[in-house]
Amino acid sequence: MFNRFANPNRFLRLSRPLVPVMAWATVLLMAAGLYMTFFTAPADYQQGQSVRIMYVHVPSAWMGLFCYVGMAVAAAVGLIWRHSLADLVAKATAPIGAAFTFLSLVTGSLWGKPMWGTYWVWDARLTSMLVLLFLYLGYMALQNAFDDPERGFKASAILVLVGVINVPIIKFSVDWWNTLHQPASVIKAGGPSIHPSMLWPLLVMSLAFTTYYVWVLLLRVHAEIAASKIRALRMRQASA
Amino acid sequence: MDAVTDFLAMGGYAAFVWPCFAITAVVMVALLVQSLAALKSREATLRALQQAEEARPRRRRTPQAAPDSTPDTGAEVAREA
Repeated sequence: MFNRFANPNRFLRLSRPLVPVMAWATVLLMAAGLYMTFFTAPADYQQGQSVRIMYVHVPSAWMGLFCYVGMAVAAAVGLIWRHSLADLVAKATAPIGAAFTFLSLVTGSLWGKPMWGTYWVWDARLTSMLVLLFLYLGYMALQNAFDDPERGFKASAILVLVGVINVPIIKFSVDWWNTLHQPASVIKAGGPSIHPSMLWPLLVMSLAFTTYYVWVLLLRVHAEIAASKIRALRMRQASA
Repeated sequence: MDAVTDFLAMGGYAAFVWPCFAITAVVMVALLVQSLAALKSREATLRALQQAEEARPRRRRTPQAAPDSTPDTGAEVAREA
């Protein structure tokens, strides 16, 4: 199954038409999501208008985790089956995941100040999320530390796979430790405990963030494919 | 006008709500623009290299060189080290 997509040219042919689709989906969903965020979603009875921060904070945090899992799966496929395209997908995912993780930390901090009285606290959820950001940055740094991209992919794939342990720690940190952060209210046993008037804007924003991720991922993978073709052509010209 | 002022005040949380949305917009747009620019510049470089390759005068091929003459535009390119 993987081999069908291992050929970069076939992948380019199949995925190019998706780029405008994802671009339009992102624009439309983002417009709808922002409208719902500011005009249909109610203020919270305790948090007032500050609850609107949730509609960028939660999707960012979800995508930060989602990108890491995607990156780990791609890195594992690249490592085990020596699948070159999977390596490129992992590499292209890292900066996007890092951006989302960074946003979740910053927006969480700006939400924490009025609600908790502090921008930052070293508790389990916040600290494990910061570790996630460092895993992304470490992955990117390690990958670029090698002259031979092959070795960079291999070494960084191992780092990503070891770091996967952090994902369940983040998810369950709010249950395992005492923390200022609230526990899960959407993805939990017994179904979401958040009211539909807030759940729907959250889901639309999350979908917008997801299509944005796919859009940028495709652009970055296409750029990586072009870069590897350039490298191969230069090498051939140098040896000719 | 009061409705607009009220909206912008965000119930007193304007200093926290608006920076959140602003920084999210800035980061997402910047990442998108950087990704688009990198793709454009690499595709331009690749096109130039491919044109140079086409324009190069064909050398007479020795029998040993023959296997290299098959057009190879990508399949193995990514893995070539």
